[in-house]
Amino acid sequence: MKFEAVIGLEVHVQLKTRSKVFASVGVGFGEEPNTLTDPVIMGLPGVLPVLNHEAVRQAVRAGLILGSEIPEVCKWDRKQYFYPDSPKNYQLTQYDEPVCVGGAVEIELPGPARNIMGEHRWVRLTRAHLEEDVGKLTHAGDYSLVDYNRAGTPLLEIVTEPDLYSSAEAVAFLNALRMLLTEGGVSDCDMEKGQMRCDANISVRPAGSSTLNSRTEIKNLNSITGVRQAIDYEIRRQTGVYAAGGQVVQETRRWDAEGGLTTSMRGKEEAHDYRYFPDPDLLPVRFPTQEVEALRTALPERVFDRQRRYQETLDLPYTLTSVICYDFGLARYFEEALAVYGENPKALANYIANELQRERGAVEGEGLLPLEDVAMRPADLAELVRLIDTGTLTKHAARTVFVEMFQTGEGAAAVADRLGLKAEPQDSGALEAICRDVIAANPVPAAQFREGNAKAINAYVGPIMKATQGKANPREIHEILARLVAASD
Amino acid sequence: MSAIPPPSNPILFLSACEIAAGLKLGDFSAREVNEAFLARIQAVDGEVGAFLQIDREDILSAADAADERRRAGEARSAFDGIPVGMKDVIAVKGQPLTCASRMLANFVAPYDATVTTRLRAAGLIPAGRLNMDEFAMGSSTENSALGKTRNPVDLSRAPGGSSGGSAAAVAAHEMPWTLGSDTGGSIRQPAAFCGVVGLKPTYGRVSRYGLVAYASSLDQIGPMGRTVDDVAALLDLLAGPDPKDSTSWPDPPPVFSRDLGEAPTRPWRIGLPKECFGEGLDPDVRAAVDQAIATLTAQGCEIVDVSLPHSELAIPVYYVIATAEASANLARYDGVRYGHRAADVSDAIDLYFKSRGEGFGPEVKRRVLLGAYVLSSGYKDAYYIRAQKVRSLIRKDFTDAFSTVDALLTPTTPTPAFPLGEKTSDPLAMYLADIYTIAANLAGLPAISVPGKPTPAGLPTGLQLLAPHWEEHRLLRIARLLA
Repeated sequence: MKFEAVIGLEVHVQLKTRSKVFASVGVGFGEEPNTLTDPVIMGLPGVLPVLNHEAVRQAVRAGLILGSEIPEVCKWDRKQYFYPDSPKNYQLTQYDEPVCVGGAVEIELPGPARNIMGEHRWVRLTRAHLEEDVGKLTHAGDYSLVDYNRAGTPLLEIVTEPDLYSSAEAVAFLNALRMLLTEGGVSDCDMEKGQMRCDANISVRPAGSSTLNSRTEIKNLNSITGVRQAIDYEIRRQTGVYAAGGQVVQETRRWDAEGGLTTSMRGKEEAHDYRYFPDPDLLPVRFPTQEVEALRTALPERVFDRQRRYQETLDLPYTLTSVICYDFGLARYFEEALAVYGENPKALANYIANELQRERGAVEGEGLLPLEDVAMRPADLAELVRLIDTGTLTKHAARTVFVEMFQTGEGAAAVADRLGLKAEPQDSGALEAICRDVIAANPVPAAQFREGNAKAINAYVGPIMKATQGKANPREIHEILARLVAASD
Repeated sequence: MSAIPPPSNPILFLSACEIAAGLKLGDFSAREVNEAFLARIQAVDGEVGAFLQIDREDILSAADAADERRRAGEARSAFDGIPVGMKDVIAVKGQPLTCASRMLANFVAPYDATVTTRLRAAGLIPAGRLNMDEFAMGSSTENSALGKTRNPVDLSRAPGGSSGGSAAAVAAHEMPWTLGSDTGGSIRQPAAFCGVVGLKPTYGRVSRYGLVAYASSLDQIGPMGRTVDDVAALLDLLAGPDPKDSTSWPDPPPVFSRDLGEAPTRPWRIGLPKECFGEGLDPDVRAAVDQAIATLTAQGCEIVDVSLPHSELAIPVYYVIATAEASANLARYDGVRYGHRAADVSDAIDLYFKSRGEGFGPEVKRRVLLGAYVLSSGYKDAYYIRAQKVRSLIRKDFTDAFSTVDALLTPTTPTPAFPLGEKTSDPLAMYLADIYTIAANLAGLPAISVPGKPTPAGLPTGLQLLAPHWEEHRLLRIARLLA
């Protein structure tokens, strides 16, 4: 029998705020342990939480990006369980009146090849609620250390409907979520820094069936690889259980990345009773409709909407939009360049998706040079493309100019001048003579041109450029060639 | 009946307002005032046991600083240099904050409660740590794990609780005034037992920041003293909005100590809730209330009968809501970050079990367990959710009553102070000591206890007045008629 998986995700995303969600101390990553704490974060006797309204605004922003409804009132509850990373041994969260209700996320499934767009689908959201993050435990032999720096960081838990059917779809969902939320400035969603973490609820059933079987929940998946491998493993495991005539037990499992398998954490009977009740220290939050609308009007364009717009109105191919749109920094770079020079979006996109990325990669250090450290500004790139389009710079010379601009941050015209690479107006008589010589040396392309192959004469451009040290205006070359070849008939 | 001897130093008979006047006139210095109280503590606290700790040197150097300011014409307020005793549940930076529990026996507060900050700003000296029932859970101070407090009027009797140390210190003239906290009667009931004045402000009037939480939706800090005017003056220093407490009321408070003697534009209408005069009320306490009725009538008040039909549900509702909140509030005492940590533990769970098992006393354990139970899945609807509904009904009873009267008069407690040890083995009997006081906390109302006519045996009685939300000033004006 063939089985199919049904998957729902609970994704925890750290919201970008300066201070913690219920305390005034700052948030951060990689600081000395227990320095981002104060009496409130440490849960000292007598302290009280005070809401950071920016965290609610960020959550509302996230909800609007994800198409959620924003109820006018949300409230705070205590979720009780004992664990040393939780300073109060209860977590402030939202139980039955979350900040965001419903919503849907558009995802792109893997295409048949890297350069071909995949199918798009919508994944429904159940809700998203705001809560405080916990600290971090490090186990060291017969003792454990706890760092509360992370405790109290605002966390949005986004819960999906069981709308995903494979690990690839789960990964596609996380990618879409990351793109949407980073665009919105809501979170950096850096999984390596724990800014995005995920629990997966998985069940399998006979393919085509609509029943929902017992599910298992895999906790704390904190890398894309982990998500992919844990889900694949769990689907195989559950399928194996049914194939062997057994029953999958509802339980919570943990992913063992080293062993490459999931293991049981606790069964249904040991499931926590969190004893939720409304927090008496915090008032419910009323978020006025006009403030919601104000945030809505300031939202950035959603990633796939932008991609469709680029493909439809700017005529950019998927190979370019999938690079530029999926990285919000590049999209912004492109938009800024386009605002300066709107005549040739494809050339701008090409330079960004190829040359710019290549040069960022070539810089010493790990990964790509961060975009904010790139000295060459979008307006400079726009200027470079304009110089090419007006014939001031040949494409050939522009490559050299680009590299120099990237390294020095100088403007296009200045670099071209300094390197003597500007196309110079040629004595058209001399240029025509060179063209004649080149045609005479190789009559085959001319004949092909006359037989109807218009592109054949491009074969002459290279030798002509070589003869003019790349300074001839390509448009002029084409005009002369077309005239000469046609005339030699 | 053995009481402690009266003080010999005349300063100790003065109210805080009178001490302020004397300081202004230069009758005595702040050092002399504080030395007088410290000497009194030295003399009698061995028997009374109001204090868990007192730092003599700190207090005297603060008093000298106050004298210095006053000489320089820079007194922070009329009360600059006057000591105020602090219940050991309110944070004072650098001082112990034990909550009378083994759990926090060695805990020193690293920060000031908002009330502490305000007292300091007015030049008052937070003086000493006052005994209480552990984590404010109890009605006799016998649940303290760290000390025994006796009623100064009759050393064989309980001072009441949970603010027993705060009441006893005032009654024994060991402090001019003190702070207590009141979750179900913990200021008013010991005030009644010891014969002093104690006020529980409207919920939200005084910041709870720095008050170790027992039941967050019920807790309020309040003043205790020997006169209504002292309590009003201390409330002036405590009250007001606080950005660190989201449940503090945003409006600035009136000046409570002003115009307390002013006659009302029309006679006060005082309601007597008939549910507070039934079975279980001691005849001597009843007699004290009767005399208060006569006093009020003689001063032009109109006395009417009213009903609070859901009164009898107040105690069960309280023991559901207060314990539910307490079970979460006390979860942080786990031996991980601070407080008592058990030795020789095998893992985190073992650390929790042993540290909490050793650190908490039996009443705290009882309430934490009760609270966990009423919130448990399968029981929450029947207990916690239902209790919240009844709480709304209790609140509505008062709204209805206050549509026809300005204030309510009840006994503070059903009996005078009971002998130490009498109720320690019977928690339910102990819970009934708060039968008249609990409803004010559930409804968030301001309430005050002032001394009534003593019993023939000479034991104090307490008269309780309740007013609508934010009407502390009215409450104090009426209370003054009884003084």
